[in-house]
Amino acid sequence: MTVSAIAQNTGAQNTGVQAAAEATTGSVTTFPAVETARVPRDTRPLRLITCGSVDDGKSTLIGRLLWDTKAVKEDQAATLRRDSGKQNDLGLPDFALLLDGLQAEREQGITIDVAYRYFATDKRSFIVADTPGHEQYTRNMATGASTADLAILLVDARTGLLEQTRRHATIASLMGIKQFVLAVNKFDLVGYDRARFDQISHEFRELALSLGVRQITAIPMSALKGENVVYDGKASMPWYDGQTLVEVLELATVRSAQTVGFRLPVQRVSRPGESFRGYQGTVAGGSVKPGDSVVILPSGMVANVTKIVTFDLVRNAAVAGDAITLVLDRQVDVSRGDMIVSLESQPQTGLAFDAQLVALQSDGIQPGKRYWLKSGSRRQRVSVQPSSLLDLKSGKWNHHTDGLSMNAIGKVHLTFDEQAVFDPYEQNRTTGAFILIDPDTNNTVAGGMITAKRSSLGGIHTEDARVILSLPADLADQLMSTELFATRREEAEIRRVPAGKAIEIFDAIDG
Amino acid sequence: MPSTLPETELHNPQTTKTPLDPHLKALENEAIHIFREVAAEFEKPVMLYSVGKDSSVLLHLARKAFYPGRVPFPLLHVNTGWKFSEMIAFRNDIVKKYDLDFIEHINPRGAAENVTPFTHGSALFTDIMKTEGLRQALDAHGFDAAFGGARRDEEASRAKERIYSFRTPDHRWDPRNQRPELWNVYNGMIRKGESVRAFPLSNWTEVDIWRYIQVEDIPLVPLYYAKERPYVERDGMMILAEDPRLELLPGETVKHGSIRFRTLGDFPLTGAIPSQATNLEEVIAELEIATVSERQGRAIDRDQSGSMEKKKREGYF
Repeated sequence: MTVSAIAQNTGAQNTGVQAAAEATTGSVTTFPAVETARVPRDTRPLRLITCGSVDDGKSTLIGRLLWDTKAVKEDQAATLRRDSGKQNDLGLPDFALLLDGLQAEREQGITIDVAYRYFATDKRSFIVADTPGHEQYTRNMATGASTADLAILLVDARTGLLEQTRRHATIASLMGIKQFVLAVNKFDLVGYDRARFDQISHEFRELALSLGVRQITAIPMSALKGENVVYDGKASMPWYDGQTLVEVLELATVRSAQTVGFRLPVQRVSRPGESFRGYQGTVAGGSVKPGDSVVILPSGMVANVTKIVTFDLVRNAAVAGDAITLVLDRQVDVSRGDMIVSLESQPQTGLAFDAQLVALQSDGIQPGKRYWLKSGSRRQRVSVQPSSLLDLKSGKWNHHTDGLSMNAIGKVHLTFDEQAVFDPYEQNRTTGAFILIDPDTNNTVAGGMITAKRSSLGGIHTEDARVILSLPADLADQLMSTELFATRREEAEIRRVPAGKAIEIFDAIDG
Repeated sequence: MPSTLPETELHNPQTTKTPLDPHLKALENEAIHIFREVAAEFEKPVMLYSVGKDSSVLLHLARKAFYPGRVPFPLLHVNTGWKFSEMIAFRNDIVKKYDLDFIEHINPRGAAENVTPFTHGSALFTDIMKTEGLRQALDAHGFDAAFGGARRDEEASRAKERIYSFRTPDHRWDPRNQRPELWNVYNGMIRKGESVRAFPLSNWTEVDIWRYIQVEDIPLVPLYYAKERPYVERDGMMILAEDPRLELLPGETVKHGSIRFRTLGDFPLTGAIPSQATNLEEVIAELEIATVSERQGRAIDRDQSGSMEKKKREGYF
């Protein structure tokens, strides 16, 4: 994403929020005109996730998106009408049936898994991960959010933000989603009251800021009537000058990892004949061109790129997302699971890392148990020790060293037998992500995101690390009276706090 | 030691084609990634090849994924014995042209018990010749991974399908027991006898398939293009009237008209549509204004709502 695109997008995407912010001070808002001509539009498929419970009208919203973009064909509609047996007063079938494909779901009337839906406008195509809203399906939401570039948070205009809204926003933000749309739905049921919209969007802005989310658009809509979803709702809401949902989606950006150094997790070594040896994989960050110097991790061997081979042509460059075959200028020992990276900007290599985890299965995650970890094309043994647990109600991390039960989100220490290679997830969503596999069942039991590397002593590895000690007051006094401490006194920060407070502070650091 | 494959060998002659737009490029990259991952993780993969348009795209992507090497697994065609004759001729040409390892399997029960779509009905016929036939072939060769061309947009029960679809030793698919898939990290760990169906085209739509065929100039069975052909109207479907095994029912007559097929399968179970679209541009133009989904011409989907889910549980795609 270019810098100008960020500027343009925040300009375009904050309109609803600005309206909310200024509405509270009573001023009249003028919306910045959205100029799309200056920035080349991102036309890659946008992946999005919809969060909200059944009661918020989520199925109706997705159904409406599919319906108004002509993604529902006539025979499917006929089956729908036949199956739903009744139509609402707008002559539309029950959209929920369109979305809940599995018989079990129809019987139970719930959505039990992630379903993927497809629709397109003339500008772009969309992949929607439709996930269930109940708390016991947090894991499904995390799954859907893992690949999403944008999250639509649906609220019912009558009830406003719920605890669940916070939960969904927290999970989406944790999984690295930076763009949010607050869809204030069922707006027809509150009489299209502008003050109500301003109040809800202002509330959401506070929440989003607390999560560090900056790209927010709030939209008042009626999915049932199709207002401000694909078509505008000017007739009912002349006061709303912002974009429709689809306009926001068309302008959103796909996250790309081109800002960090070159990363190529090697999937396979191609040796079709004695004369050719190429390393096949998908570029997971940065870019590469012939002549670049690269390092093979974890071995640390250095080589130069001679060719980037694809079926169609020998290319002069490749960027993040490209599936390529790389040829190097010398015989080096490279195998599946290794990572080829740029010389000047390398990921971290080590035996211990910190990460955040979402537990996905009923057995949960057991402390000290050894799992298989898979990241990119690399699979290795790891032992996992939880350190804190996220309270989704309050958004706080609490000290927790026991197991993580299904749907729990926790922070953990990872310890490896062999060198592991990662970027922080915050910097690279591919080289910083992993799954855990239970060796007893082969099932995927957790999804995780690397936060930092740890030294073998358990400290964080940075050049200018600081150590925070919590000592009994008498011991601290003795240490501070030493000559060495006195000579460097100005480099130390000291606070005297009650013992309970010290424990809280340490938990907050672990969390 | 630099590799010495001459530059000319690394150049596919068709480099004058239009570059892919970002949308198709993203889909292509994803499919290639899946192909490489499965080929590296599994001991004995196979690609299911049905000769249709999705299979043709799948094969093209497989060739891209492993270039400059050969496709490192065989293609398996589960033949029912009732395919359009043009499909078989086309299939044989492709196998030769691209130097592919090829396996054909026809369930011996078909001939032994004289199972036909006319005598057994579409549901039972498909179950025996396709589902059972596929299981026989997979077991006989001990394949632990099978690539298929299924797309999530095809039918409601497929919307929840994983990229790696886990199957028990008796090939069952349990929608409640599929592994979560996060990011593009796939879990390929299985026990002996278990297997995975991998779907590189999961995120493609019908329009994507056609546009890709157009840009990449992928050869297709001519039945996809409109031509004057003989047909019979039966059960609301237009059935091709070429094969001598098609017996006319009372009141039926063979008509002639410009027709084409949106999907290909067994000729008695696959309906044509009236069309004037004789080339790709025209097919795509027709498709973009189409108001009927592609599987509408398939008798097997309409047996009952939820029928596809049932078939999948039993091991059909």
